Amino acid sequence: MLKIRIKFSKSGNMKFVGHLDTMRYFQKVMRRAEIDIAYSAGFSPHQIMSFAAPLGVGIESEGEYVDIEVNSTFSTAEAIRRLNENMVEGYWVNDYRKLPDDSKPAMSIVSCADYTLSYRDGYETDLSFNQLREAVHAFYEERESIFIIKNTKKSQKEIDLKPLIYAFEVHEEEGIPAFYLKISTGSTDNLKPELVMEHFYRFLGKELSDFTFRTLRHDVYTGNAAEGFYSLNDCGTVIL
Amino acid sequence: MGRLALSDEILLTIDQPARYIGGEWNMVKKDPKDVDIRFCMCFPDVYEIGMSHLGIQILYDMLNKREDVYCERVYSPWPDLHKIMKEKKIPLFALESQEPIKEFDFLGITIQYEMCYTNILQILDLSQIPLHAVDRTDDMPIVIGGGPCTYNPEPIADFFDMFYIGEGEVRYDELLNLYKTCKKCNKSRAQFLREAAQIPGIYVPSLYEVTYNEDGTLAAFTPKYDDVPARVEKQLVLNMTEASYPRKPVVPFIKATQDRVVLEIQRGCIRGCRFCQAGMIYRPTREKDVECLKIYASDMLKNTGHEDTSLSSLSSSDYSQLEEIVNYLIDNFRDKGVNISLPSLRIDAFSLDVMSKVQDIKKSSLTFAPEAGSQRMRNVINKGLTKDVILNGAGLAFEGGWQKVKLYFMLGLPGETVEDMQAIAELANDIAVRYYEIPKEKRNGKCQITISTSFFVPKPFTPLQWAPMCTASDYLGKAKIVNEAVKNQLNRKSIRYNWHEADVTVLEGVFARGDRKIAKAIELAYKRGAIFDSWSEYFDNALWFDCFDKTGIDVDFYTLRTRNLDELFPWDFIDDGVSKEFLIREWKHAMNEEVTPNCRMKCSGCGVRKYEGGVCVEN
Repeated sequence: MLKIRIKFSKSGNMKFVGHLDTMRYFQKVMRRAEIDIAYSAGFSPHQIMSFAAPLGVGIESEGEYVDIEVNSTFSTAEAIRRLNENMVEGYWVNDYRKLPDDSKPAMSIVSCADYTLSYRDGYETDLSFNQLREAVHAFYEERESIFIIKNTKKSQKEIDLKPLIYAFEVHEEEGIPAFYLKISTGSTDNLKPELVMEHFYRFLGKELSDFTFRTLRHDVYTGNAAEGFYSLNDCGTVIL
Repeated sequence: MGRLALSDEILLTIDQPARYIGGEWNMVKKDPKDVDIRFCMCFPDVYEIGMSHLGIQILYDMLNKREDVYCERVYSPWPDLHKIMKEKKIPLFALESQEPIKEFDFLGITIQYEMCYTNILQILDLSQIPLHAVDRTDDMPIVIGGGPCTYNPEPIADFFDMFYIGEGEVRYDELLNLYKTCKKCNKSRAQFLREAAQIPGIYVPSLYEVTYNEDGTLAAFTPKYDDVPARVEKQLVLNMTEASYPRKPVVPFIKATQDRVVLEIQRGCIRGCRFCQAGMIYRPTREKDVECLKIYASDMLKNTGHEDTSLSSLSSSDYSQLEEIVNYLIDNFRDKGVNISLPSLRIDAFSLDVMSKVQDIKKSSLTFAPEAGSQRMRNVINKGLTKDVILNGAGLAFEGGWQKVKLYFMLGLPGETVEDMQAIAELANDIAVRYYEIPKEKRNGKCQITISTSFFVPKPFTPLQWAPMCTASDYLGKAKIVNEAVKNQLNRKSIRYNWHEADVTVLEGVFARGDRKIAKAIELAYKRGAIFDSWSEYFDNALWFDCFDKTGIDVDFYTLRTRNLDELFPWDFIDDGVSKEFLIREWKHAMNEEVTPNCRMKCSGCGVRKYEGGVCVEN
């Protein structure tokens, strides 16, 4: 049995397809592409497949990961070709790599992800680049801690955003400001970029609408802040 | 990737946005500029239900095989989106091009059950197409209806330009060619409809005059012009093997009710159960060649990536090559993780053997549909299932390790007595007794027997079309009798009983045998907010009764009356192949509790032999 990690992007209209439906979609893609995927035992066998970090509806990504187990495999190039021949527009496989036999599932090693949030048409800001840069400096870099109240299903809890944000920058995209965020992701301390922006806006004395930003996830990483993060894709090796 | 009709703001506010974005695997992409005819096919219910319907997949594939046609799809927007589209005046759009339906040439609506009638009006309303066919102008789509409910299209006749009576594979080419010719010659909508009415199977309601007797029954149903046929003849496929079938069905992102490869093994049913409309209107039974099915199965599994496959037919056990196709599926696909489901199977040694290979015995249940509790009542409805057959089948299954049984019955059948109802509980008890005959050490705890009853609704073109219905409270009284009887059984702890709601049954009864007068009530109900009536959370019985009241509709006239044999029915202008003489004969047999043999045992002369196909010409 071989462990494989697939990197894919999800863009355009496909951002409206939810996480569970994306899983079902990939199960059917595996069959259409004739990937020799392994099945669990029993009367309703299911494919051995797990996703790294669920992506919310409405968010696009160029770095999503799904781990599978296969009985035998095509080369990286052939597998990518087969998978992409069986993809609808909006989903695209970028890589297909073999993982070491002892590697842990992606979802258990995810530590952070990075995003760009750009202003949606009709929601542009009246603040200049400089004003925004100063604001980010004041909100993030200058402070020792950023305590917020996070509403969970059952209760409210106070958390400090500061150690969970690894980068917070203002970029320019086609003349319009956009924000770059690298934040903690995974089973512990999972942070959503919208939550950071909500508190940033509140800091500015502004109210954030649900639709202000278009969110693009760039990549998902493992590792830690002290020793450095590296892309989940780097865990695997190309199959020749 | 195309622009969507709905903004991000809307799509991120509503439930299940993937219902409205199209772009699914195997969706047909064409440039609308390259075709002569734009056709939008509609199933008037939510996406997950509509996408599960085989008929639409067949027609979508068939119409798109024509280079001059682009067939797209639309389903009912869920109430959350409905509200937004009304407020913002967003025209309803097709999934493929995301363009407004009002710009199409045809809007085809499949009508599978009566309770979707207000959803049809929703589709027209959101499309910004006038509800009444008479109010539509030349630039608007031709609204065409098809499917089982069109065997009595009268309650919704005002809302359609035309109906296609029968199986869609047969006459669409002719109809679309005529449309093209008319368009080229700049003929008006009215001229096209008049010419289309001469194509067999096409019914144009506006070309017929309806008059009524003083007692409310139909007096006459006559064409307005000499060139319009007085009878509209059902169309049917004679060679099922050569009929168009989709090898690349569309694969939805969100989980549809039927998330699997569906293999239609045959059309029609030989059994002749007297309550069953499908068993009459799809006569004669026609089988598909097993070699053809094998190719379809392997192509479709490859093209979709589905992990389930299911056989589709009214009575799979009657398919002559059943063992062959089932063994083929198991031998070739079971080890590739493909599940096989086999609905409508008779329980016998063969089916139990198959089921033990494809299901987890401990989790799966056996299904029997005796439909009536007593043998007397089963003879009335011509359901040729005896208590012995049921007990033998159940016994065989229990010995094979099964312990769950589901039983389906109808209440409110004509001439039903208290004993007939109590027999339902007694039959369930007898099955439990059979289970406990197995030595304790060989059985797996208690057995679970679930009884479900629905209320019988007489349907057009069935031998029971003359039968009266009951009031909602009478129906519930019947369910109570069964419930009491279950409580009195020795094995009551092994038996569970569920019954359907009675209100919807009465409404379904009004629509099923209604006439053109009903349309006013349906329109009023829609305007007052009725949609998704088949969803119990949206069904508002009080609203419906108020609408009947306001439009002068006497519900009892449609439901409680025993119809006379010489009454002219609103659907009598349709020739579905089965003669009225045969139906009368069968109605009389029903009253005399006499059984009629199935089509393979003996021809009973129902009339469909004239098509010279299927079981009528076998051997």
